[in-house]
Amino acid sequence: MLQPYVPILLLIVFVVANAAMFIALSHLLSSTRRTAVKIAPYESGMPVLGDARERVSLKFYLVAMLFIIFDIEVVFMVPWAVAFQQLAGLRGLLLIEMFVFILILAVGYVYVWKRGALEWD
Amino acid sequence: MTPEMKGFLLLTVIKLIVVFTVIMTGVALLTLMERKVSAWMQNRMGPNRVGIAGLLQPAADGLKNILKEETYPAEANRVLFLLAPALSFIPALLLAAVIPLAAPLPVDFAFTLGPLGAFAYHGLMPVQVADLPIGFLFVLAISSMGVYGIALAGWSSNSKYSLLGGLRASAQLISYEVAMGLSLIPVLLLSGNVSFSVIIAEQQRGPWYVLPLFLSFFVFLVSGFAETNRLPFDLPEAESELIAGYHTEYSAMKFSMFFIAEYANVVTVCMMVATLFFGGWDIPFIHWDESGGVLPTIVTGLIFFLKVFFWIFFVMWIRWTLPRFRYDQLMSLGWKVLLPMALAYVMVIGLATYLIGDVAHIASPVTRGLILFALNLVLGCGVFLVLDRGNVVSGSERRRVPGRRAAPLRVGG
Repeated sequence: MLQPYVPILLLIVFVVANAAMFIALSHLLSSTRRTAVKIAPYESGMPVLGDARERVSLKFYLVAMLFIIFDIEVVFMVPWAVAFQQLAGLRGLLLIEMFVFILILAVGYVYVWKRGALEWD
Repeated sequence: MTPEMKGFLLLTVIKLIVVFTVIMTGVALLTLMERKVSAWMQNRMGPNRVGIAGLLQPAADGLKNILKEETYPAEANRVLFLLAPALSFIPALLLAAVIPLAAPLPVDFAFTLGPLGAFAYHGLMPVQVADLPIGFLFVLAISSMGVYGIALAGWSSNSKYSLLGGLRASAQLISYEVAMGLSLIPVLLLSGNVSFSVIIAEQQRGPWYVLPLFLSFFVFLVSGFAETNRLPFDLPEAESELIAGYHTEYSAMKFSMFFIAEYANVVTVCMMVATLFFGGWDIPFIHWDESGGVLPTIVTGLIFFLKVFFWIFFVMWIRWTLPRFRYDQLMSLGWKVLLPMALAYVMVIGLATYLIGDVAHIASPVTRGLILFALNLVLGCGVFLVLDRGNVVSGSERRRVPGRRAAPLRVGG
């Protein structure tokens, strides 16, 4: 039963081995001469100002949270879409269910939009 | 182990190596094609020194990148810095494994190989590394893994450009993933299965899904551009603002791995477009390609290659046609235009399939496809007018009015 997944496992092993080989090969074949200027982070040739590990804009976390909400919605829709074609007798019910689900989400979506979570300024 | 199991494993290993090699070579040639197409569109020569017409340029680039000095920026997180290119390389090359490349090939062999024992395989062999029953979900799941590599690369480099590029890329990728996922729900609604072979088989019975699901195709194509960081959405590595974005600090083979991952993602998205909306390896109107044989496999493989090649060319074409979006435009296009559009489209297609199948009792996939196509024509015109807001349709008209200044150009949402 799990036979179709065996090739994926083999492929993962193969691709990981290749990735490791690329990194190792380039590490072994290259010569390294570290100088203070060379290892400084690139800032268009100007002296480095401060550190890059700064606090980042809250916006990015907000996008990540919204993503989780809406992506779970997509995950719910996949089995629904498949069942919709296969359970021919229940289609009317399934359709109403999904409309209610989308309506609830739409309320949240409008709220998020009106509160300005989708604005970048 | 039974001889059948061993035969299956043997074929798997062969297919795996072939597909991996094809993708790696394809990616190498794509870098050359990208430069040649760019040169052609800008009326210049492009690379033409290494080999005949520059054909060996990718090999020279690869060799250079293997031998080049590696740099680790000061105070970079060494472990994550090394891990990041591998983390974006691995998912990118896993993706193409589940996409059928040609019609199933009839294979029939049984032989014994010394101490390894007997190998046997009888029947049709799918021309893809793994014929997963969950093929479509696998692509969605693995393609989201690419974000880790990019986010970690941006953070671990300890460079401000990298950090900004990484943040931008992660926010962009996850934003458009929602629209991408939603745009594919109508495909599942029509096909009723998440396996790629079934989706292709359904498209052989009716019209290709680009006709009945045109708006899905449009949303998928736009989010595909954003997911692969291609122009007009290449903000994560906008060279005029961020140098090279998340891979600013990378050199040598680690840089190459990001590059390979990026092009492999382009190939995968183009394969997805061809498979989900253009019938995969299907040749329209004839059924010879489904007969099963060596010749149909070869021909359908070529047809699939042509379809993918066209979409790859399309991606490069768009690069030199559209200017780059601004970041707020990019985000509002994803969240305020594509997401509600895809959501509403799911409801429309759901309702339409219900009305066609259960109220009007039309069972033929061809008739159903044509009715949906007519619906799409109407919807498409409406969407175009809303998105356009008078820029193209009446924009020239407005500029011609004497004594009035031209209306400011509004792009995006």
